[in-house]
Amino acid sequence: MTQQSTSEHDPLLVAEHWMSDGRDVAIATVIETWGSAPRPVGSHLVIDEKGNFEGSVSGGCVEGAVIAEAMDVITTGEPRLLEFGVADETAWQVGLSCGGRIKVYVERLG
Amino acid sequence: MDPYCLKKLNIERLARRAALLLTDLGDGRDRVIREGDPVAGQLGEVIAKAFLSGQSGVAAVDGRSFFLNVHLPPPRLVVIGAVHISQALAPMARLAGYDMEIIDPRTAFATPDRFPEVRLLAEWPQEALKTHPLDAYTAVAVVTHDPKIDDYALEQAVKAGCFYVGALGSRKTHAKRVERLQALGLDEQSIAGIHAPIGLDIGAASPAEIAVAVLAEVIKAFRARRLRTAQTLEKTA
Repeated sequence: MTQQSTSEHDPLLVAEHWMSDGRDVAIATVIETWGSAPRPVGSHLVIDEKGNFEGSVSGGCVEGAVIAEAMDVITTGEPRLLEFGVADETAWQVGLSCGGRIKVYVERLG
Repeated sequence: MDPYCLKKLNIERLARRAALLLTDLGDGRDRVIREGDPVAGQLGEVIAKAFLSGQSGVAAVDGRSFFLNVHLPPPRLVVIGAVHISQALAPMARLAGYDMEIIDPRTAFATPDRFPEVRLLAEWPQEALKTHPLDAYTAVAVVTHDPKIDDYALEQAVKAGCFYVGALGSRKTHAKRVERLQALGLDEQSIAGIHAPIGLDIGAASPAEIAVAVLAEVIKAFRARRLRTAQTLEKTA
């Protein structure tokens, strides 16, 4: 009964489900924000080895870049710390149009 | 993330228990800590504070950088009254992450046909709240207009310290309700904390619009609750 109450789009439940299906999974987490960041600290985006994803770390602004990084993290197993913001446009070629900055930790599950 | 940690964390979250994932950003190792688990030293203090405030964040302890992701139980919404507004509110509350249940002893109203996919208790609040007690993570909205059904639930909601208590009815209806609650012995401050007329003032007219206004007011109260907790912490620090 409690299971029904948790959203079917809950990224951590999706990650566990994917794992039990034998898929390789990376978990991206917003760990710090400055200014008007679109998603709060603690938000998750989960990604599988084919690039399927659930959840969000920015409401759409930098998800593409995070997914690309996550594919590498799944291959290497080495966690990465990414930083996005208006000032980083040349580094990542994406930015947050709202003017905020976020730090995203990307790690492999298992 | 350790798969064992993910499973353990999901078990705690589904059981509505507060838990925290502690990640060492230096080596990537993580562990799940449940509220009340003993953790020694400065790290233990940082963890206790995170559980109190509900705020996730990075903390530097003993030269190491940790990320603490706090998972508090999702807020519950208990609606007294299986009415038209509740029908609109049920799917909205679920989308917003609220665990919703409806209590109404009138079996003509409280039917599974009218309320698919929501926990429905066709009982008097006097009975239902015994098996489903209210707590500080719960919001209560009373919408039957019937004092026989509404008043007991309102009294219990105020006494349980629910983060939101709202009651449907005009100002005139509410004035009479206030008199009854005073007669039950509730103090002025508790009665003044009841949101009535219910819902944020967005000019809502239809049942679905009122449901939006109620849900928005519940969300506002929950977020303010966290802010209040954080401010209290600063004062006591």
